[in-house]
Amino acid sequence: MSDVVLSVTDLTMRFGGLTAVNGLSFEARRGDITAVIGPNGAGKTTVFNCITGFYRPSAGRIVIARQPGDTLLLNRLPGHAIAKKARVARTFQNIRLFSGMTVLENLLVAQHNKLQAATGFGVLAILGLGKYRAAEKAAIELARHWLEQTGLIDRADDAAGALPYGAQRRLEIARAMCTDPVLLCLDEPAAGLNPRESVALNELLLKIRDTGCSLLLIEHDMGVVMKISDHVIVLEYGKKIADGTPHEIRNDPEVIKAYLGEGDEDDPDAPIAGTLVHSV
Amino acid sequence: MTAVAANLKDSAAVAFIALLLFGPFLGVQLGDGNAGNLTLSTRPALLGVAVALTFAARFLMLLWQGRRPPAVLTRLTAWVQQSGKFVAPALLIFAVALPLIPGVENAYIDLGVLIMTYVMLGWGLNIVVGLAGLLDLGYVAFYAVGAYSFALISQNFNLSFWECLPISGLLAACWGIFLGFPVLRLRGDYLAIVTLAFGEIIRLVITNWVALTGGPNGIDGIAHPTLFGLNFSMAGGPGTFAGFFNITPEPGQRITYLYYIILILALLTNWVTLRLRKQPLGRAWEALRENEIACRSLGINLRNTKLTAFAIGAMFAGFAGCFFSTREGFISPDSFTFIESATVLAIVVLGGAGSQLGIVLAAMVMIGVPAMLQSLQIYRMLIFGIALVVIMVVRPRGFISTRKPTVLLGKPKVVLT
Repeated sequence: MSDVVLSVTDLTMRFGGLTAVNGLSFEARRGDITAVIGPNGAGKTTVFNCITGFYRPSAGRIVIARQPGDTLLLNRLPGHAIAKKARVARTFQNIRLFSGMTVLENLLVAQHNKLQAATGFGVLAILGLGKYRAAEKAAIELARHWLEQTGLIDRADDAAGALPYGAQRRLEIARAMCTDPVLLCLDEPAAGLNPRESVALNELLLKIRDTGCSLLLIEHDMGVVMKISDHVIVLEYGKKIADGTPHEIRNDPEVIKAYLGEGDEDDPDAPIAGTLVHSV
Repeated sequence: MTAVAANLKDSAAVAFIALLLFGPFLGVQLGDGNAGNLTLSTRPALLGVAVALTFAARFLMLLWQGRRPPAVLTRLTAWVQQSGKFVAPALLIFAVALPLIPGVENAYIDLGVLIMTYVMLGWGLNIVVGLAGLLDLGYVAFYAVGAYSFALISQNFNLSFWECLPISGLLAACWGIFLGFPVLRLRGDYLAIVTLAFGEIIRLVITNWVALTGGPNGIDGIAHPTLFGLNFSMAGGPGTFAGFFNITPEPGQRITYLYYIILILALLTNWVTLRLRKQPLGRAWEALRENEIACRSLGINLRNTKLTAFAIGAMFAGFAGCFFSTREGFISPDSFTFIESATVLAIVVLGGAGSQLGIVLAAMVMIGVPAMLQSLQIYRMLIFGIALVVIMVVRPRGFISTRKPTVLLGKPKVVLT
């Protein structure tokens, strides 16, 4: 399958003298769950921030294909256009909700651009004219759909900040999905979740993939990565050291070396290798 | 009883600070000597009483805090919140009816006009500070722009109040955008400093551009508003309000007319704000206040969102300034000092940022109370200051700090049987 949704070419990001990402190239295929893994400090989040427009890369190209053939160069777009025009949505490692607003309001803010277009520069909507009412109704329906998918429908009118941690993570995903993305980027979605929540997250991510949205995720939890991803990219020191299916990655000597360090041939059952092997 | 010992120690520390503070103010007194020289006398007894009172007050306060929570005021505000549906219409009916109540003196209607002006300014600033979360310390600048726009346009181009009102608002909104651009990347304290400076710049320009604005002398003889071309002149001839309706001209007629103008302007501000809150734009402002980075990740254009908040907030200040100008008939830079910005900001913060009703209550306290206490002369500001401290201690997040959701799913809760 050659339908590529995201293609990163020679991406380099320098912070002063530090090169966080060094000549990274990879591709994510449409309809796949692509995972980016690597040890702490490998540059995963930096790659994410470059893709989602929070950093401007020092060099390289990031191209998104909204439809097959309909491509857009991401690293030239202003920050907010990444979600608006390129239809790349993201979640954050440390949750960033609008905590004082209700769950439903969070999901409506996510549909801001669509709704704003229906307000006739705000004037018509203030006067109660135009097609704003219908647009808002549709937006609430979309929000309701994602609230049902994430199991938050009963908390819709509660303040987002009052939700338990796991629910806040799900809400962030629901909010990102309300922007109707082509590519959803998740920065450690399973961080801090208990095993049961983690399983529910896997199901949610698979459900999202089945709607046709491609996913790119950074994850430490090998249980999540190995079970659901179609394609895994391993980073170390800002460089790609492996790229392939979960099965290939699990048996890649470079990867095992990166996670465990060298000279551990005597101990094949070391903790992280153990996680890699046993999690599938 | 270690608690008592700790309280005593704390009270002693406070008393010591009081000694340092009161020492120069109460402890020593300059007097006139016989030979025209200055004498310096000390007043240890007075100083002692002040320090002892401070000690006692602090000790009692700590005891009181230990015993029970400050429930009285909390309960009162909770009641106001719960009956908010009832309080707001009651206040509105009172506001509409006030000039019609027989026996109400003009002075009270005039006070009503003043309070309402600040309510309008508070509601306008609430868009910027309460909804969008952009701390603006220079709000008076837009008030000044509105006032001077009206004064200058009406005198130079001979336009009436009603023709100038939208122009003033528009010009103020333009200045809002003009200020907005350089501060787009700033937040919190840094934003506050720049807006503070902007307010001062506007005032200094007005003061020093003598050829245009008359400088410190201000502008005199600004036109009063007319009602469909009828003015409120005391002469009472044809073409005046009194002459047209064949009644005796009274100052009360003009004051009542001004009262209803500002009431309508304030209600317009309120209505637009309430409508905008339920719009994507209003929600984007609130989202901006909550988390700017998340807003960007959702494709919200931060620049436009911030600029519209500045522009719409400034526009209402411009309307209010235009009204102020026509009401006073005279404006000078002295009316647009930093203390005005601070007062309006205090109204918004005391009322509970984001709450429309809270702002009304806060404006009544902030503007009404000092005016009512006029007879108490020098103790006025003391009582006022104490009142502010008490409110901030008891309700640190403002008088009304709950937020009403802009939209509800309204799904009936499923009852499990």
